[in-house]
Amino acid sequence: MATLTRDEAQALIQEVLEAYPEKAKKDRAKHLAVNDPSVEQSKKCIISNRKSQPGVMTIRGCAYAGSKGVVWGPIKDMVHISHGPVGCGAYSRAGRRNYYVGHTGVNVFGTMNFTSDFQEKDIVFGGDKKLEKLIDEINALFPLVKGISVQSECPIGLIGDDIEAVSKKKGKELDKPIVPVRCEGFRGVSQSLGHHIANDAVRDWVIGNRDGDTSFEAGPYDVAVIGDYNIGGDAWASRILLEEMGLRVVAQWSGDGTLSEMELTPKVKLNLIHCYRSMNYISRFMEEKYGIPWMEYNFFGPTKIAESLRKIAAFFDETIQANAEKVIEKYKAEYDAIIAKYRPRLEGKKVMLYVGGLRPRHVVGAYEDLGMEVVGTGYEFAHNDDYDRTMKEMGEATLLYDDVTGYEFEEFVKKVKPDLIGSGIKEKYIFQKMGVPFRQMHSWDYSGPYHGYDGFAIFARDMDMTVNNPCWNSMQAPWLKSAA
Amino acid sequence: MPNVMIRKNDAGDLLFYVAKKDMEETIASVETDTSETWGGEVVLTDGSRWYIDPISPPPSFPTTLRFKRGDE
Ligand code: SF4
Repeated sequence: MATLTRDEAQALIQEVLEAYPEKAKKDRAKHLAVNDPSVEQSKKCIISNRKSQPGVMTIRGCAYAGSKGVVWGPIKDMVHISHGPVGCGAYSRAGRRNYYVGHTGVNVFGTMNFTSDFQEKDIVFGGDKKLEKLIDEINALFPLVKGISVQSECPIGLIGDDIEAVSKKKGKELDKPIVPVRCEGFRGVSQSLGHHIANDAVRDWVIGNRDGDTSFEAGPYDVAVIGDYNIGGDAWASRILLEEMGLRVVAQWSGDGTLSEMELTPKVKLNLIHCYRSMNYISRFMEEKYGIPWMEYNFFGPTKIAESLRKIAAFFDETIQANAEKVIEKYKAEYDAIIAKYRPRLEGKKVMLYVGGLRPRHVVGAYEDLGMEVVGTGYEFAHNDDYDRTMKEMGEATLLYDDVTGYEFEEFVKKVKPDLIGSGIKEKYIFQKMGVPFRQMHSWDYSGPYHGYDGFAIFARDMDMTVNNPCWNSMQAPWLKSAA
Repeated sequence: MPNVMIRKNDAGDLLFYVAKKDMEETIASVETDTSETWGGEVVLTDGSRWYIDPISPPPSFPTTLRFKRGDE
């Protein structure tokens, strides 16, 4: 299937590595691999979650981004303070398009930016007093706020502020959860550790809050959607399918989610994880403490959706299983029509991906539904367990690149010549200027949702719109065109 | 002596998960695995060996336990 043979792919990797000095070459070689779907353990052929090389262009973020931007940020009825200098929060504000409902500034605060705006004197004398004042101010100005999280930026850890003490004290005073999160940007090699730290903060400060409270009437079909950030409405497009199946979605973590939803999650029957990388930790914790099993699922493209719906239903009784079949049947005409419309336009096109979280493996099925082939994929911040899961999804002799550098990615694209690249904003304009169609797959290029059956329709349209856009024929200036 | 979370996968095998190391491996064999005791030397499918003093009665999974490296 693949366009490169195994040897050609190996040779390509070798060729790209030649540009590096000896030491960097040795290091980067471990992060690049040719896929072999039969390998069970990815660590035998690819290394991940290591520090990036100095001097290369990496595309990673920091722990603060992982915690504030990904895990905590979307919880809409809490205020998340970007604690430290103003820039970290200001430049990342609302960039991820985690949709939510509510009145911003009244009962929800998703797209707002709260920061302690550190100045020199705060660095010198410490910022704990300022934090106290800030928490009081937030509570006075926004009395409907349900809780506050303190997202540490780099300086907080460096100057040794005691945000835990402030949070405890203020939490008691205001009788609201105040959650200190130690997600200073310098921790770990990428945003991934920020996810972990954020999960640990949820574990320590949120999950047990209603342990003794039995007022919530638990039902037999209660589930929680974990690791769906509602980018462009993803979680909504997923949630309706689960509800049509007869399940009750108690919580959305964390897109369009609320603090009380999170607190109620320990009472559900099953945790459904979409983004394994950013929220497996808390799911594992709930399994251990509350005995709630968790299951990974994939809502990209009809094949995977049907597979996932059946897998989820199998956990419940026959009614739910019959309902799952009904749901698949109900949408069949819809998605068949989409495939009939777009597949002929996209058949055989090659895609290269480089994203984070779950996308490098989860969208493979959706592309295949459209007759497209993913010939290379890689993660910004994956760990071994992600590659274990990815290698089975990808074809023989496709490229795997972990924490790819700007240079490597460009070289791969020049050689593999894909028809479409899906990656982040930082890569977008390089490749578009090279004349390669590009979709920004971090926040769906200002489109979405892409999850669920509704999302698939938009996904297919977007891919067609990009790949078959007439602009790609106009890449050469008219005066440079050879006279026809 | 890492903290290890032991859980069952869908197939019923025990998984050995070390969060700090991102290691998730299937357990191939456990020295003592009876209705009274669980523990001793644990061998994973990747060939590595770990040790835990036998626990009785056997713990219920998932649970977090402290293991020693078998070669220490
Ligand atoms: S690395 Fe530090 S300073 Fe930079 S964005 Fe992250 S928290 Fe802010």
